[in-house]
Amino acid sequence: MSDVTESTVRAEVRAWLEANWNPDLGLIEWRNKLADSGWGAPHWPTAWHGRDLSAGLVPVVEEEFRRIGAVGVAKAGIRVLAAATILAHGTDMQKAKFLRRSLTGEDTWCQLFSEPGSGSDVAGAVTRADLRGNQWLVNGQKVWTTSAHKADWGLLLARTDWDKPKHAGLSYFILDMKQPGISVHPLKQMNGHASFNQVFITDAVVPPEMLVGEVGQGWAVTTTTLMHERRGADGLRTWAQGSDRPGRCYEEERAEIKTTMEPYKWYPQRAGRVDLIVPRAKETGHFDDPVIRQEIAKVLIMSKAAEWTARRARTAQEQGRPQGPEGSLGKLASSYIARAAARVHTQLTGADALLTGEDSPMGGVIAEILVSVPATSIAGGTDEIQHNIIAERVLGMPREASVDTGKPFRDVPRNTVG
Amino acid sequence: MKFSFSAEQAEFRSNLRRFLADHSPPKEVRRLMETDMGWERDAWRRANEALGLTALRIPEAHGGAGFGFSEIGIVLEEMGRALFCAPYFATAVLATGAILNAGTDAQKQALLPDIALGETIATLAAAEDNGRWDAAATTLVATPSDSGYRLDGHKSFVLDGHTADTIVVLARAPGSAGETGLSFFTVRGDASGLSRRLLKTMDPTRKLAHLKFDGVEAVLLGHAGAAAAPFARTMIEAAVCLANEMVGGAERLREDALAYSKLRMQFGRQIASFQSMKHKAADMLLDVELAKSAAYYAAAALDDGDADVAATASLAKACASDAYVQTAIHAIQIHGGIGFTWDNDTHLWFKRAKSSEVLFGDASYHREQMMRHWGAAA
Repeated sequence: MSDVTESTVRAEVRAWLEANWNPDLGLIEWRNKLADSGWGAPHWPTAWHGRDLSAGLVPVVEEEFRRIGAVGVAKAGIRVLAAATILAHGTDMQKAKFLRRSLTGEDTWCQLFSEPGSGSDVAGAVTRADLRGNQWLVNGQKVWTTSAHKADWGLLLARTDWDKPKHAGLSYFILDMKQPGISVHPLKQMNGHASFNQVFITDAVVPPEMLVGEVGQGWAVTTTTLMHERRGADGLRTWAQGSDRPGRCYEEERAEIKTTMEPYKWYPQRAGRVDLIVPRAKETGHFDDPVIRQEIAKVLIMSKAAEWTARRARTAQEQGRPQGPEGSLGKLASSYIARAAARVHTQLTGADALLTGEDSPMGGVIAEILVSVPATSIAGGTDEIQHNIIAERVLGMPREASVDTGKPFRDVPRNTVG
Repeated sequence: MKFSFSAEQAEFRSNLRRFLADHSPPKEVRRLMETDMGWERDAWRRANEALGLTALRIPEAHGGAGFGFSEIGIVLEEMGRALFCAPYFATAVLATGAILNAGTDAQKQALLPDIALGETIATLAAAEDNGRWDAAATTLVATPSDSGYRLDGHKSFVLDGHTADTIVVLARAPGSAGETGLSFFTVRGDASGLSRRLLKTMDPTRKLAHLKFDGVEAVLLGHAGAAAAPFARTMIEAAVCLANEMVGGAERLREDALAYSKLRMQFGRQIASFQSMKHKAADMLLDVELAKSAAYYAAAALDDGDADVAATASLAKACASDAYVQTAIHAIQIHGGIGFTWDNDTHLWFKRAKSSEVLFGDASYHREQMMRHWGAAA
């Protein structure tokens, strides 16, 4: 494939888009064309709706899509992680059943990893899958499950062997969410939203062909999913903007974005809304207060420096150089920035910070910052785990002596609640 | 290049790092810091010949190499890392900056080639006994005389002021106030009427002098009464350069403390295996990397001629000030008792962190400066 260069790819995708893109097509119909042509997921294998294109050339294809204004494949939600995981570990049957529908967006997915008893320690899952006759029977409870109430399928991490050490006793399944044994309950958060669910699983059934990877290899498969989850956040943000152009395909995509992004509508507030600090300081008459100015400056400095640090990491990646330590720091930095920003918003708001909803500034946005920021240092890996990851993987510091590896999981002390 | 260095720049850095590791190990730093002079002319001449350091940002027309602040930033970062004892900052950043920003072409041609060669050591005398870093605080008076000007008054906190061959002095016209009536002058280090006293500094690797001017004959640099803007520009450059120097020192401290935590055994295990150490180490990495990003960005912003460079410079200085001091505090803590001893090298960088924190204005001062420029831009 040495003749595949930026210019040949650009010419090819441009010609194809010019011949095929039509904003009046139905969203699913158009995305099926993308799956047939391979231009929807060009870095996927040719055998599975892709074109075997190297990752470096994908931005060229995306550029051409943007240039002509063509809608892309479904890019948000757990379906993206499901597809990546199935591509890496799935059987041909699973690939045939799920990959195309992940690109078209026809299937909705959820992730069933975290449990009430295992948060940071995801591999400590106690939801069990037992082989009964020819079927896996699943029992347990999962939590923090975004979109579980809408999901057709779940990525399930369950324990299949209690005599093996923690990581070795896990298996990974695709769970049909539309069956009697599944009960989904929204989990109301301290900020009043309910973006996640608790999922109670009672004698749910998984046929043997829905095992992903081998029995006992569930942790390796889970790691693939989590890796893609960490990588994915950037793409989500650009996609979520959508397009305001007329045409059936655009309309259907806008509706899809609206539904998919619903659970994330408070996420900007969770990050502390640094962008509002200077305007709010001017509006509240605090911009000239020398004490508050110092605090504002501290947040702005941290925020700018973190933004430039992320740019350094991205530039290294784009230039094909190994990323330095700067690539691992973003999540931790955003926790500190969010907390500092929330403190400044409180200072700027004064007594009005006692209020919420329509009685409070900006129709409740400021109040929502104050009660959403605590999520930043927990979701997607707590600050504590993030510190450990940086210390161990970037700085090469030794792992903490472990009390749960090497012994049968049934002998490991664990939570008695949940 | 705000977010990466070129292959040439990376190679330049690794050459510098190797040279400084060989020529400026802590033992050599300790030897020079105990001397009044603080550096040695022969050693400095050799280093400058080998690496062309003072010529770096001087335009080719004036005998220099014509590079920018990104390259100066690399030099200072590596010097900060090695605590290299030399009059580099005074000569190549402060004096060169003032001459380039204020001087006429003829003056640049007269002064810069010898600086580029490393023959002339120069510095800038701006702050006075009141310790303020803004031009308006200047009280030293320049009175017109038959042969030029006569300077009367004091300067203080003058970097390498006791050893410089040429001193650029910020002074004001009699009766003037604020930012008006300010001019730059050049004075020879051995001028009559000039008495120079080495100050006792907490950081012995950074030599500062008090200068007393008693009718010292001086030559005007640039245009009379027009020094406020070029001085402000020079201080912006100094803040950026110092930020780059600081992140080099901070990274060195961070690396040394990390290495020590992996060697030190307590309770039958490396202390690096304790989460209290790991979390501190991760925070130190975050602090230093953020400060590096800001310092690199600000240096490139000077080269790119960004309109908001004043805000960026203060941002970088404030960020580096806090990061370096915090890193130094953590580094001593990680070393424990041994870190508080004179024989352990950590205090050399700790003191450099403190002196850099305050020099040209501390973090609070620069946060306020940043907000003023931010407010103007917004």
